[in-house]
Amino acid sequence: MLKSKTFLKKTRAGGVMKIVREHYLRDDIGCGAPGCAACGGAHEGPALEPQPQDPASSLCPRPHYLLPDTNVLLHQIVSAWRPGTWASVASSLRPLGSLETYVEQEQGENANDRNDRAIRVAAKWYNEHLKKISAENQLQVIFITNDRKNKEKAVEEGIPAFTCEEYVKSLTANPELIDRLACLSDKGNEIESGKVLFSEHLPLSKLQQGIKSGTYLQGTFRASRENYLEATVWIHGDTEENKEIIIQGLKHLNRAVHEDIVAVELFPKSQWVAPSSVVLHDEGLNEDDVEKEEEREQMLKTAVSEKMLKPTGRVIGIIKRNWRPYCGMLSKSDIKESRRHLFTPADKRIPRIRIETRQASTLEGRRIIVAIDGWPRNSRYPNGHFVKNLGDVGEKETETEVLLLEHDVPHQPFSQAVLSFLPKMPWSITEKDMKNREDLRHLCVCSVDPPGCTDIDDALHCRELENGNLEVGVHIADVSHFIRPGNALDQESARRGTTVYLCEKRIDMVPELLSSNLCSLRSNVDRLAFSCIWEMNHNAEILKTRFTKSVINSKASLTYAEAQMRIDSATMNDDITTSLRGLNKLAKILKKRRIEKGALTLSSPEVRFHIDSETHDPIDLQTKELRETNSMVEEFMLLANISVAKKIHEEFSEHALLRKHPAPPPSNYEILVKAAKSKNLEIKTDTAKSLADSLDRAESPTFPYLNTLLRILATRCMMQAVYFCSGMDNDFHHYGLASPIYTHFTSPIRRYADIIVHRLLAVAVGADCTYPELTDKHKLADICKNLNFRHKMAQYAQRASVAFHTQLFFKSRGIISEEAYILFVRKNAIVVLIPKYGLEGTVFFEEKDKPKPRLIYDDEIPSLTIEDTVFHIFDKVKVKIMLDSSNLQHQKIRMSLVEPQIPGISISTDNSNMDLNEPERKKTKLKK
Amino acid sequence: MAGLELLSDQGYRVDGRRAGELRKIQARMGVFAQADGSAYIEQGNTKALAVVYGPHEIRGSRARALPDRALVNCQYSSATFSTGERKRRPHGDRKSCEMGLQLRQTFEAAILTQLHPRSQIDIYVQVLQADGGTYAACVNAATLAVLDAGIPMRDFVCACSAGFVDGTALADLSHVEEAAGGPQLALALLPAAGQIALLEMDARLHEDHLERVLEAAAQAARDVHTLLDRVVRQHVREASILLGD
Repeated sequence: MLKSKTFLKKTRAGGVMKIVREHYLRDDIGCGAPGCAACGGAHEGPALEPQPQDPASSLCPRPHYLLPDTNVLLHQIVSAWRPGTWASVASSLRPLGSLETYVEQEQGENANDRNDRAIRVAAKWYNEHLKKISAENQLQVIFITNDRKNKEKAVEEGIPAFTCEEYVKSLTANPELIDRLACLSDKGNEIESGKVLFSEHLPLSKLQQGIKSGTYLQGTFRASRENYLEATVWIHGDTEENKEIIIQGLKHLNRAVHEDIVAVELFPKSQWVAPSSVVLHDEGLNEDDVEKEEEREQMLKTAVSEKMLKPTGRVIGIIKRNWRPYCGMLSKSDIKESRRHLFTPADKRIPRIRIETRQASTLEGRRIIVAIDGWPRNSRYPNGHFVKNLGDVGEKETETEVLLLEHDVPHQPFSQAVLSFLPKMPWSITEKDMKNREDLRHLCVCSVDPPGCTDIDDALHCRELENGNLEVGVHIADVSHFIRPGNALDQESARRGTTVYLCEKRIDMVPELLSSNLCSLRSNVDRLAFSCIWEMNHNAEILKTRFTKSVINSKASLTYAEAQMRIDSATMNDDITTSLRGLNKLAKILKKRRIEKGALTLSSPEVRFHIDSETHDPIDLQTKELRETNSMVEEFMLLANISVAKKIHEEFSEHALLRKHPAPPPSNYEILVKAAKSKNLEIKTDTAKSLADSLDRAESPTFPYLNTLLRILATRCMMQAVYFCSGMDNDFHHYGLASPIYTHFTSPIRRYADIIVHRLLAVAVGADCTYPELTDKHKLADICKNLNFRHKMAQYAQRASVAFHTQLFFKSRGIISEEAYILFVRKNAIVVLIPKYGLEGTVFFEEKDKPKPRLIYDDEIPSLTIEDTVFHIFDKVKVKIMLDSSNLQHQKIRMSLVEPQIPGISISTDNSNMDLNEPERKKTKLKK
Repeated sequence: MAGLELLSDQGYRVDGRRAGELRKIQARMGVFAQADGSAYIEQGNTKALAVVYGPHEIRGSRARALPDRALVNCQYSSATFSTGERKRRPHGDRKSCEMGLQLRQTFEAAILTQLHPRSQIDIYVQVLQADGGTYAACVNAATLAVLDAGIPMRDFVCACSAGFVDGTALADLSHVEEAAGGPQLALALLPAAGQIALLEMDARLHEDHLERVLEAAAQAARDVHTLLDRVVRQHVREASILLGD
């Protein structure tokens, strides 16, 4: 059974330990070619194509397999090459453990050379082996390497070897592939100015040493969205101090790209700087504009008070690159016939990328995907290559695709494998389904949702019991009945994590059949549910809690408005209405009690688009309206979530999936407190309760919108709520809801976390059996991590979608001037909010081709003085909104000041010469 | 142990084995002439020596004698040089006491002790080199030594360990795999009847997986049996040639 040769490998770890390990060399690894008699059926897993069908190559006309070396593979795998070409990849790495191809490390040979040699031996073995099996086919293995020495040696040994570039160029059938080739050739760098711009990155071994000894710090690099010369590094680990390090200036950023894991060296305190509040974008600079660059850097370093200084440092090495393909647009080079162009990513935190392409003219004005290949020391920009063309810029489909890709939202249609786990239609409830399930079809259950909602995941009922108490039930769609753990459907939903709602489109987490039909608790059909039923007294105190899987038959699906109407109208007295009134009454008591405990009522400007059903263009904008019924449904959902959280934590103290909302550090509130102070109001932030109370008190009779503004600001101070596994953490508190424990139970159709919670609860009440992954806290922690990431991304995608539709809306509207309030004051700009549209925007006071106005920024108040006008936070201004299409890539809403009038800054109002594309030059006034 | 891939995508383990494969086993019986029975076994890099005395009269306190069966006395020790770091291991430390007790339980189940009432059987096991699966190696060595001593047993006792990584059960864990900290199961099996003499498990494992891990360990134990059986037959053949039959 075991045919092996024992090999002893001695390694030294820490200098003292001698480790003896065995290594069994196998003689049963096949070559992977189907029908190979010599190997028998010994191979398994990915096999080679029987007859390699590679595109015709002028270099090697015979049919051949490719054997790329590891470096080539790593760099080219993103090139979206023909998948078939890589059929050999997996198997080419395999024979290295085999008896014939085993290579022992020779004296004085380093690991890299040994690996190179091992690949050569493997290639040779393959060639000889293939000769044996098919003499007439003349199959050949071509070795692809970019290492010059390795290639030379290979040729010496009689192995056909080429560099990647040579091979791809020789492919006569698809010449466009050359564009996609990651450019790594040394030649590329020589052309650029020989001037070294950046200091060298330290090797990994040195970095690790430094991190261990504490000289360097390791962290995640986060470029600033607003200023391309500034970034922060979030230090990993638990150290309270130096959590966030500021990096300023191109040289100190040292080629780090957003999301990279970097090593940072901290500067002495004398060199620390404060985060600048300047907004800077990298615009059309030429490569040799380094001097100008330095000038700009100087601008950042303005004198600031001592305590504003934050730890500052510089990047000295990259521990792990986190590059991915980026969406964006090509900025065509001014030089005709040039093949090198700059690519501007859609994400402003990513630097511009230099790519080489021959199709510049066809790619112009289109959204494309580009991957970074490297960033040499003497180059201002990283080098990359073109990957994919998405479509015309500005088209709704293209833009939606871009924002989904940019936010890493999985949006492909569900695969056949996933769909195969759906129940067969027509579906009906069977005897088996009824096991462990209570029949609640007789109850008068109804659902209340926003208009047009098709994925109804919650329904409610309320009735009076014989003993005078009230029975309240929350019924949640039983999605976990349909999605069984571990199958493809479950894995896909776990990957997606959440349903993403864009303005005109919904990216489902589960296939439509489940989300809009079988799981959706529609009216007058029997649906499976998971019910949480309380017995309450009329004071909304819970006397008994019960969880059960059930079958319900909803009597009505109402909208918030309809439900409100029923409650309000005195003439209606049917079962549903009485039920609703009972719920509403209890909800009010619950809400009051919750707020007394210190739950926050925050506010964020939310907008809704009325979308034209034909063109899908937004035709009107409206901020969301809140009714009593909204808060009624919300109140019971919160109650259900809290009850379930208690139950699952009681049952599974180590692996309950919960949701927490950490209290923000006091420093987060600074801006809010300062802002309130400027209006002579006091905001206390020591506890959630005092914050809630002081927010309630912060009213100004002359300024009714102030309270909302303060609440919006308070929302910005908050931390993100996150999912976590109870065994991995000990702080469970939910700050915003003022609840000691919380989870998500009520929306399993659109959130995966709820599905896990359903499963946990089902086990806890004995309605379902457990499975291994459910009780593994590390697996659960991994799931939480993914869910948190997906939720964040979904939120960003939603915001981006709103922003895009806002643009479309204003495009059709032309120029409007509106009242706005100042939300933040920056060094050279103010951020304003327009209540009517819930729209936020920045008004800049410095423009490229205009004389700079005199700006005085006071950080303490904070205020900005321009010429003679002073701007405070919360000041009311009038701005003009227009669409700026001068930069095709980032079409944006541009705002400019109308009132108060500052000569040379604010726009005069005249109705002539509207040119949407050149808003800066405008000197027109709009009279309303 | 982060970063160490215990099972590759192609299904190979760190040392090149597949999930269900054992390490190379080599064994010899009758290594010492003075003892009643002795054996030496190598399972990969784990090497163990077992010596058996008895059955003989009870040594020490007579009160320990059992009226209806023999007393099995097991002692385990591990050589100072058995691990990567040289370490003195005094007699009677917790680990060797526990191991001695486990061996005793195992062999009380296998030896036909009722044939020798009021007597004692001593089994001494020493591990010369430890590279994972020491319990299994000790049991296998002791089985051979007991056979060598000619003490009647129900069956061979064959032991093997098993672990669980990424949804796959691994048989015969090496030290590297044990150190990774996953669940670990030690099984001593009487292969002919399929009876379990001893089963022990460390760390948590979901019950759904237990069956698979147990089956992997049992299969490995049966493979060990095939090999040990071959060793015993070979030994008997050599012995009978020496005796001149």
